[in-house]
Amino acid sequence: MTGAYHDHSRARGNRPAAPATNTGPIDFGRRVAVLRLLGGRLSLRFDLRSLVTGVILLLSTAMIGAVSLASGKFPIPLADVFRALHGTAGDNIRMVVVEWRLPRLLLAFLLGAALGLSGAIFQSLTRNPLGSPDIIGFSAGTYTGALAVLLIFSGGYYETAAGALAGGIITAAAVYLLAYHGGAQSFRLIVVGIGISALLGALNAWMIRQADLQVAMSAAIWGAGSLNGLAFEQVWPVLLMLALIVPCLLILARPMRQLELGDDAAMSSGIHANRLRLMLMICGVALTAIVTAAAGPIAFVSLAAPQIARRVTRLAGVALIPSALVGGLLLTTADWAAQHAFGVQLPVGVMTVSIGGLYFLWLLLREARQ
Amino acid sequence: MITQVVEQPGADPAGHPASVLPAAHRPCGASTSQLRLQRLALLALSAAILIVFCIISLLVGARPVAFSTAFDALFAYDPVSAEHIVIRDYRLPRTLLGLLCGAAFGVSGALIQVATRNPLADPGILGVNAGAAFFVTLAVGLFGFHAVSSHLWFAFLGAITVTLLVYAVGSRGRDGATPVRLVLSGVALSAVLGGIGSSITLLDPVAFDSLRLWSIGSLAGRNIDVVVTVAPFIIFGLVLSVCIAPSLNVVALGDDPSRALGANLVRTRILVVIAVTLLAGAATAAAGPIGFVGLMVPHVVRWLTGPDQRRIIPFTILCSPILLLAADITGRLVLFPGELEAGIVTAFIGAPVLVALARRTRASGI
Repeated sequence: MTGAYHDHSRARGNRPAAPATNTGPIDFGRRVAVLRLLGGRLSLRFDLRSLVTGVILLLSTAMIGAVSLASGKFPIPLADVFRALHGTAGDNIRMVVVEWRLPRLLLAFLLGAALGLSGAIFQSLTRNPLGSPDIIGFSAGTYTGALAVLLIFSGGYYETAAGALAGGIITAAAVYLLAYHGGAQSFRLIVVGIGISALLGALNAWMIRQADLQVAMSAAIWGAGSLNGLAFEQVWPVLLMLALIVPCLLILARPMRQLELGDDAAMSSGIHANRLRLMLMICGVALTAIVTAAAGPIAFVSLAAPQIARRVTRLAGVALIPSALVGGLLLTTADWAAQHAFGVQLPVGVMTVSIGGLYFLWLLLREARQ
Repeated sequence: MITQVVEQPGADPAGHPASVLPAAHRPCGASTSQLRLQRLALLALSAAILIVFCIISLLVGARPVAFSTAFDALFAYDPVSAEHIVIRDYRLPRTLLGLLCGAAFGVSGALIQVATRNPLADPGILGVNAGAAFFVTLAVGLFGFHAVSSHLWFAFLGAITVTLLVYAVGSRGRDGATPVRLVLSGVALSAVLGGIGSSITLLDPVAFDSLRLWSIGSLAGRNIDVVVTVAPFIIFGLVLSVCIAPSLNVVALGDDPSRALGANLVRTRILVVIAVTLLAGAATAAAGPIGFVGLMVPHVVRWLTGPDQRRIIPFTILCSPILLLAADITGRLVLFPGELEAGIVTAFIGAPVLVALARRTRASGI
């Protein structure tokens, strides 16, 4: 295994760019590390800024996670938290940390990452910073399904999840088929998605208005997304589904970049645009579906995470892995705040929009000052 | 999208580049005068449909009224006749509100879509709906204003305040208020306010109950005072929109090309924000957030007329109230003698039309 590391003077900033020589590799203005395996047959390029940012994001998530495991109605010192994770703490502490708080933390990170990924996919597909699974009607459909189950059949956790999944998948498929007319052109997909989402949104508003106030409020809490009462039995299915989807997505990541150039350019460089778009959409919808089934439609993470990731990594477009890490950090932080910041347990979705929105505003303002 | 430059001698007083029409909408070999005639006919047709819907809106409802009675109620008012009172006090304000708010929602949507060059943008994208909803939440949840009439001013104040904040955030920095920055700051600020708002409503059942009604949007139960209050803002906003339509054609080309053509981007953007705030703010305050009109009608109109804003804006002024009034009338009929709110029916009527058009026409971007 040989590792090569190229350090180029960056073209950005006031520093004049190094005079171009025709011997060195091309300087794209970013530091890149290249890892060559198997005698050069397999090589991986790492963007250094993305790599460092990723490590920082993971460390921050771990810190928030540790605090989150320590805090609650029964506060536990950080040292005991680590001991509990090692398996060397007393039974009581082990039960609180590992069986009560850890699954919730794991789910917050995994679901946040899934939302970040699906947002990145849809923003790349639509080449639009407003792109999210919402645009093909998925969220509106899940809410309709869940509302129907909650209001008509007064179902429990699993019934609601099933209803939501059915609603979302039927809606997404309907939007795709309605927009399919000799190929699902991105723009037509967006317009059909807007129409169907608006229709279901109106239906949802009507159902909420018709319902008994108490039932309507509990439906609205489901609609905001909540991690309350989740245990390990919900972690395993989520982990399994992610283990299936994420590798597929990593294979699709490169052609996804080509598709961003537009259908014509992508097809001329050998991409089957319609098939790729369908596969990416299936991945994106599946990721959102996992989250919705487990915790309800948590808003805003899929919208904000790719944009925040783009700004902290200073990449030109949306990137999958940084988006996933930002999504994980966002949801972990939001869940801690939702549980402990105001003395009452709020749905985590309410917190993601507030925290994510504030951080996003700060990023926009800071970007403006530069 | 296939586009072709059409020569229009003398048709452009503002000195902007010749308008661009999709070839698909242009009959082969048709001369410009024929085209103009066609468009005038289309405009006259929309106006006629709008008038018919206004009349139907006066006649239809829980208590159907004959045409002659409605005519008398307007021009020879008899304060004793129950039917005259129904027309004067309920149907007339409702119809006027439909006209004004429909036009306001539609035009603000058209403006925001072209100014941000984003087909997903609705009038709420600059924070109008979020601001209005947040202030109504505060009014109900914290200050205990439960009367619907007091919501009007809170909603209007909220819409204006938040739009100005969004513009302030979006226009910081060297490049000024670029479309993407405006949209993103609108999304971010709306999210923050929405989050705070829903934490208030989820903990306070009374506020939740008021908000779930307000957030649907309806033309019913507004008296003539509401119409008189919002009319000046909406009319001023509409006039302003018609005036800035020519410069919007240049903005639609993108930032760099329009700068190269000598357009004053900053001025146009500020005027757009003022117009959108007045139109969407006043309409949302009066009728609640019926965002779908502004999202859908500009798309449909664009497919009818091509991408020239000088035609899109007048057509939108005529076509948006048609959708809103049709929704309001349908809402009175489907649950007869009860009613379904216009905000719900709008989407149910509009969405199938939008989907059908998106499938038929070669859908065009902005």
